Amino acid sequence: MTLSFTEPAPAPLLALEGVGKRFANTVTALDGLDMVVRQGEFLSLLGPSGCGKSTALRLIAGLADPTAGRIAWNAAEADRRSIGFVFQEPTLMPWASVFSNVFLPLRLAGTSRKAATPAIEEALEMVGLTAFRDAYPRELSGGMKMRVSIARALVTRPRLLLMDEPFAALDEITRFKLNNDLLEVWRRLGCTIVFVTHSVFESVFLSSRILVFRARPGRIAAELEIDPNQPRDEVFRTSPEYVGLCREASKALAHAMEAG
Amino acid sequence: MEHSPFRWLLPLAVLALALLGWDLIVTLNKLPPYILPSPALVLETLVKDHVVLLNSMLVTLRTTGIALLLAMLGGVALALVFATSRIIEFSLFPIAVILQVTPIIAIAPLMLIYLDTDTAVLFCAWIVAFFPVLANTALGLKSVDPNLRDLFRLSGASAWQTLVQLKLPTALPYFLGGLRIAGGLALIGAVVGEMAAGSAGQGSGLAFRIVESAYRLNIPRLFAALLLISFSGIVIYAALSLLSWLVLRRWHESELGGS
Repeated sequence: MTLSFTEPAPAPLLALEGVGKRFANTVTALDGLDMVVRQGEFLSLLGPSGCGKSTALRLIAGLADPTAGRIAWNAAEADRRSIGFVFQEPTLMPWASVFSNVFLPLRLAGTSRKAATPAIEEALEMVGLTAFRDAYPRELSGGMKMRVSIARALVTRPRLLLMDEPFAALDEITRFKLNNDLLEVWRRLGCTIVFVTHSVFESVFLSSRILVFRARPGRIAAELEIDPNQPRDEVFRTSPEYVGLCREASKALAHAMEAG
Repeated sequence: MEHSPFRWLLPLAVLALALLGWDLIVTLNKLPPYILPSPALVLETLVKDHVVLLNSMLVTLRTTGIALLLAMLGGVALALVFATSRIIEFSLFPIAVILQVTPIIAIAPLMLIYLDTDTAVLFCAWIVAFFPVLANTALGLKSVDPNLRDLFRLSGASAWQTLVQLKLPTALPYFLGGLRIAGGLALIGAVVGEMAAGSAGQGSGLAFRIVESAYRLNIPRLFAALLLISFSGIVIYAALSLLSWLVLRRWHESELGGS
């Protein structure tokens, strides 16, 4: 497999080449999608509802197969690719404690509870839920449930974390807090994150790169790079640079929606 | 209101008033016991005939219990088969529905021709208890959260892991709901079976005592047997509700109080 890139620095993790997805009811969700996910980046897919960004995420995860084109993994990564997936809803098992929910991916992989305990405790510590390991999902707030969901995705130490509008249903205060904590986890683990969102502000705050999608059929309309070394904190959230970048992203999104 | 003593006191008061009214009707109209016995006489008969009646109750409860157990095993097993094969579901579900909608009282005499009395009664109880377990468990197995199913796929879960760790826990509240309905129906099925057998002069359960007492115009004993059937139903319902509470209290909405 050969991949050619003009960018010198970050190596590609995977590439979507001419990917199309048509559903049985003849809805074309994606058409001719070309995109690259670079190693270690925080990539946001930004677009209106129904633009196929979630479909793209499911294709990368292997939860669905493209009807056209292909998804090429970097040969060096292909054999040890591991994926964590965070859904829009927390998607926890209501019958299991927080600990058991986070244990799930390791348990399914055949790891014993005892052997998995350090990894589970570390994942819970990363999302700040150490004290709630024996609680049941029912007893947690929406934000805490989403934290459990993130801990579950992190417990296998995935190379690639796929997140499908994970914070869309949360209130703004909780969302800001989780944004900060997610960036902290990203820096600490050095994993690659692909983050689907329809919030301009969220994508600009989090990402090192944004792909703006247009709808019907879904494809990429614009690309925005944001300096990854830019500190992302409360100062940044109110800075003129941030506002400028948001304006730029909003304009690209508005343009994409007109074109669609 | 939820925790006030009125929740217990009011139904008890209504019950006491009903009993008092019953007693007044009997004494004021000087009704003979073979028309309508007073509540006190029913209680007296219950104590006097307790050996016969309790033995009959055990027979009925045993039939109900075995029928419920078989319905549980059969219902869950068939629901699992349905969950794995749509073809089998299409083929067999209508038959299960036909068995369910045909009144058991109409099937019972036939069963008494082909089977011995005990088996026929057991069959009647089983057939009515079977359907709610089957229908509810099948529904539960289909109610898996699609995102969780994706997560299991993504984690490379085997079919067995998905069944045990995802489908069965999802179906559990549905199954327990079905079981609670099945408990009451199993008792009804047992009583219907015993009635049919009783009119043929065979049997030893509570419903047989009712038929027998009616033939002999021993109305106080008929009432006493009726009381015990009602009591059995309450006990079965309470036991299954307790089971459901014990299993689901930590996580399922249905068993979490309105806190």
